[in-house]
Amino acid sequence: MGQLEVHAFDALIVGAGGAGLYAALRASGRVRTAVLSKVHPLRSHTGAAQGGIGAALGNVEEDKPEWHAFDTVKGGDYLVDQGAAVTLAEDAVRAVVELENWGLPFSRTSDGRIDQRRFGGHTRDFGQTPVRRSCYAGDRTGHMILQTLYQQCLKNGVAFFSEFQVVDVLVEGARCCGVVVLEIATGRLHVFRAKAVLFATGGFGRMFRVTSNAFANTGDGPAVLARRGVPLEDMEFFQFHPTGLRGLGILITEAVRGEGGVLLNRMNERFMEKYSPRLLDLAPRDIVARAIVTELRAGRGVKGDGSADDYVWLDARAIGKEALEAKLPDISGFCRTYLGLDPAADPIPVLPTAHYAMGGVPTDIDGRVRADAAGGFYEGLYAAGECACVSVHGANRLGTNSLVDLVVFGRRAGDHLATFAAGADLPEPHGELGGEAQAWLESILSGRQGPHPADLRDEMERTMTEKVGVFRAGAEMAAALEKIKELRAACHSVGLADRGRAFNYELLDLLELGNLLDLAMVTAASALNRRESRGAHAREDYPERDDAQWLKHTLAWLDGDQVILDALPVDLARWAPAPRTY
Amino acid sequence: MRVILLVRRRPPSPEGLEDEFGRYEVEVESHERLLDALVRVSRRDDPTLAFRRSCGHGVCGSDAMVINGRERLACKTLIRDLVDKDGDLVVVEPLRNLPVLKDLVVDQEDFLAAYRAVKPFLIAPEAEGGKERPQTSRERAAYENATNCILCGSCYSACLMLRAGKPFLGPAAVAQAFRFNEDSRDRGFEARLEALDKPKGIWPCESKAECTKACPRGLQVARQINDTKRRITRYKTLHEKA
Repeated sequence: MGQLEVHAFDALIVGAGGAGLYAALRASGRVRTAVLSKVHPLRSHTGAAQGGIGAALGNVEEDKPEWHAFDTVKGGDYLVDQGAAVTLAEDAVRAVVELENWGLPFSRTSDGRIDQRRFGGHTRDFGQTPVRRSCYAGDRTGHMILQTLYQQCLKNGVAFFSEFQVVDVLVEGARCCGVVVLEIATGRLHVFRAKAVLFATGGFGRMFRVTSNAFANTGDGPAVLARRGVPLEDMEFFQFHPTGLRGLGILITEAVRGEGGVLLNRMNERFMEKYSPRLLDLAPRDIVARAIVTELRAGRGVKGDGSADDYVWLDARAIGKEALEAKLPDISGFCRTYLGLDPAADPIPVLPTAHYAMGGVPTDIDGRVRADAAGGFYEGLYAAGECACVSVHGANRLGTNSLVDLVVFGRRAGDHLATFAAGADLPEPHGELGGEAQAWLESILSGRQGPHPADLRDEMERTMTEKVGVFRAGAEMAAALEKIKELRAACHSVGLADRGRAFNYELLDLLELGNLLDLAMVTAASALNRRESRGAHAREDYPERDDAQWLKHTLAWLDGDQVILDALPVDLARWAPAPRTY
Repeated sequence: MRVILLVRRRPPSPEGLEDEFGRYEVEVESHERLLDALVRVSRRDDPTLAFRRSCGHGVCGSDAMVINGRERLACKTLIRDLVDKDGDLVVVEPLRNLPVLKDLVVDQEDFLAAYRAVKPFLIAPEAEGGKERPQTSRERAAYENATNCILCGSCYSACLMLRAGKPFLGPAAVAQAFRFNEDSRDRGFEARLEALDKPKGIWPCESKAECTKACPRGLQVARQINDTKRRITRYKTLHEKA
């Protein structure tokens, strides 16, 4: 073992996807900044985003940020903080132009401007008809954003520490002082002290069995923070994307439907006509995911037997071969590679796949992390991107708004953090730095006997998928919560077979599993607590939205094997909640 | 179905640098990816097996490796395709031309340093405040193919010049120089010559085109290298006349 290496920076950014890189760009010119990432920045999951980034440029038809903000609020079933949604929509326009100026290869209109296409829930005139708002680069929009931001970071000499896994955060009262990280290449722990820390670690879809998320999406930031007393907001709201490739969960972008693809059941009925007469296949994702599961349950899936691997068709044939290759080349490639089919000739078998966490670390619009329900904030602690909850997605995120969130709030958090760090002293943490993490690491590598982590992971994934999925009910969620508690207890006594230190992926797997179980427990407890249906949280025992009781954010604290719950008011300053019909 | 994986193992320490092959029999569904089989081995049979992984569907570039002698992404390689072609014995090795750190994990620093050296970012005068720079679809098409690079390192591994020890920048770095040089918004061609136009730059390439064959993202790497060579030659000819 031996001494931990201690580093000191003005600003630390944990995570190098879209939000982390944008923040790094803004901060690195002003204060000494380091970016820590568990994978090389170019491997970050932002790169997997496909369909587009919404911004009311109005390049192909009339559009306004105000309409974008309204769609975001309504799409989130009115659990969105409305001022934050306005910021999202207004800043989106500037951010997209900035990305273009940095060289992002957007697809273009015939007159050479950024092209835009339709996406679910994005409308003109407060919900009237679909509008072309999604700016895109083929179906590789996230890849291009990640590349462009990383290129700019290289140009600006940002300091990266790649393959460093965060394991703990140093917090003294309400002051963040730094992080403890594991260097994957050596198995050594490092302490990074800093005046300000931003967490931008992404999502945690890996708690589910079928997911579009990367192996790396294990919620490391929110879990590490929650274990040190930071609350988590709206964790019950998890998005299931309607169209994952059957059996694999690989994302098939909503842009397929934006370009004219339709969903069909076994009778070749365009079933979305029943569920969303106005927006049809371009209804928001929660509605489409529920429609698919409802069709399957009624025996109208392609197999028709209601089995777990039954599916529906996504028919993209009307788009035509040429447009598919030009506008959706990766999707066409995925279909060929994984299913051996050509979407220009054959319908695509799809099923909902766990996709996006609306909830996360509670922040204001500058990324500052909330400490309580009374308006208190941590000092020097920030979060942005999928791991954060501003909240601009409320109970259900609209397509394209994840990329908007990254660039808008990554940028804002980077600015605020740099200003803060420029005027702050390096805080002095008490006690032995990283001592607890070091003791844990030594014990875990000492060859103790315990349950097999792979069994625990399988059970977690199965439990969350079956009991905290698209449709939910009290008894099932209660059972899930108990099961997750058992798995957590068992996880604390796991032993490792690999006792080496260099590139010990079993150790990494275990750290990730511990993080996922913590977040799964908060998710199940928050979901069980919310006795209504809203957005992605659809309860069969409470099928209606209940604004009188539940138009409020959940705030949840991890406390041993308990979850403590409180509520935060929703900013409703602009639009009064109305029934959500499409 | 059952397949046998032979995975080249390398201990992480400098002592005992003796490679050996781990032999694993794995039960897989025929539609599964090689990555699924490797994950199963590492979670169930041999937790010491090291390999990088992330997105699982061919867009992040983490799991490039040499599979049955060819560079591939493990997550984009279906077991059934391997078995149909080569039988149920699958040989898995780390990328070539890069130092191995442990098992299938290579040190990508040389590869990434070459990438950084070509200034892989837009070099252009400030855009007019708050406005996008127009670009026609035809102008975009001139470089679009090269934007699909995920820097997985497959081309670097397959390059015969690098294998022969020639001091070449490597295919991906040149492809990324091409990506910006051919972008109608870019003015950085001369700035990139510093890395490209020298004996250790673009010139050792002999156009064997193994890079294009190895690319899992369909980049026309060899063509982009040749186009870049021609553009440099043209530039120098004009420059010398002037």
